[in-house]
Amino acid sequence: MRPSDAFLAVTGGLGFILAGLLAGYPLADAGRRDARLALESQLVAELGLTDLCLSTEARYTRHLSQADLFSAFQDHPRSLEHFPSGALLPPPAILTALGGPVGGSDVGEDRP
Amino acid sequence: MSSLERQRAFLDYTLASLVRRKAKNGALVLAYALVVFLIASVMFFSRALRTEGQAVLAGAPELVVQRMLAGRFDTIPASYADSIRRIRGVSEVEPRLWGYYFNRAVGATFTVLGLPDFAHADDEIVAGPAAAKAWTNLQDGRYLFRTFKGDSTGFKPVQVLPEETRLVSADLLIMSETAFRQVFGLPEGQYTDLAVTVRNPQEMQTVTEKIQREHPDTRPIQREEILRTYESVFEWRGGMVIVVFAGAALAFFIFAWDKATGLSAEERHEIGILKALGWDTADVLVMKFWEGLAISLTSFLLGTIAAYAHVFLADAGLFAQALKGWSVLYVDFPLSPVVSPTELLALFFLSVAPYTFITVIPAWRAAITDPDTVMRAS
Repeated sequence: MRPSDAFLAVTGGLGFILAGLLAGYPLADAGRRDARLALESQLVAELGLTDLCLSTEARYTRHLSQADLFSAFQDHPRSLEHFPSGALLPPPAILTALGGPVGGSDVGEDRP
Repeated sequence: MSSLERQRAFLDYTLASLVRRKAKNGALVLAYALVVFLIASVMFFSRALRTEGQAVLAGAPELVVQRMLAGRFDTIPASYADSIRRIRGVSEVEPRLWGYYFNRAVGATFTVLGLPDFAHADDEIVAGPAAAKAWTNLQDGRYLFRTFKGDSTGFKPVQVLPEETRLVSADLLIMSETAFRQVFGLPEGQYTDLAVTVRNPQEMQTVTEKIQREHPDTRPIQREEILRTYESVFEWRGGMVIVVFAGAALAFFIFAWDKATGLSAEERHEIGILKALGWDTADVLVMKFWEGLAISLTSFLLGTIAAYAHVFLADAGLFAQALKGWSVLYVDFPLSPVVSPTELLALFFLSVAPYTFITVIPAWRAAITDPDTVMRAS
């Protein structure tokens, strides 16, 4: 066997496996996924849930979208954020938006 | 010799040359594949989380109205619901009751929901899957709560929410409105917030502005903002993990750059001999192109397959905690296999193209030099 035959067979095989995973696995998993999504969506709609249950240690990490505007300092104005998951959350958009006035009228910019 | 056959002959020669230095090239492919694996894993995982979040929260309330008091989130009176209901464009206002309960025995905070149309009795409770496992202070099989007055009250668990829904329901405890008010001491007519439904989505911004004008002490939160929050959280987390891996990736790129741009004495000697045997500069470049492509393509395929298996078949054991988040109640949830074709294509071009082309440059430099000089110098 020529080396190029072996190479083409190996890369072709790997390409085939990758294509199989990318196209085939989502199809194989579709039933389970759809069933789970339907259950989750039903629960979200019925209970009016607003957030994913990722970190439950504080109210501003449990309900990220509903937290106070100053959630990092919520115990008192100079208190620093002390929960580990806070290290994995982005700063509020209002702090990162260049030139954005604090407490501005844009309702959409006050993310915790 | 046909053009295809000629290219295959180059490939044969290149592969035989790579196999001659198999330890060195094998290590390079492994390190290369590892870097692709790390970047692809973060990419797949972060995309799957974002897609999951968007799909699950698509049914979240269109608009949530909170009341602010002295800069903090406070309860909202039922009168606010009545006046918001009268705003043109609003089709429904649903006052909601929810809050947090810190269970000292477990050391964890749970989310408690009070439903006006709870399907069970006032002394019964429905628990989320993680809450049902974690709640340890039971008396006769009933969940013990310490009420706002300091006395204990028990709830009989009647249902555990399906395990599959744990991404949104892990820490939930659902009870009747009466029971909620009894536990937390929330007076009648007061609610946690309002869920507002707007008839025409185009009017969402107008309705939001009207609510703020009528009730300046409120903070409306649109569903779009909720979805955007999670989009940015997962993007941020993906970025954080990439930054952690950046050191390793940089070390690899320096190694690969050094390997690709600096020819060893042996390789220079080889190019000199090939030129002396009558190979053109173009032939040497084609040979080097195949070498770069063989290494980078193999590494890309190995790294991407491993990343896919790691994220979707092995639940991303390496960094799931950093990306999903963690807490006293550990929430573990499955992810659906979702890969963005654009991101995959970007990864392909960023991992295969640069290496393939940087291997050609030093070979070109050596190939345009006189064979005698190249061989003497090496």
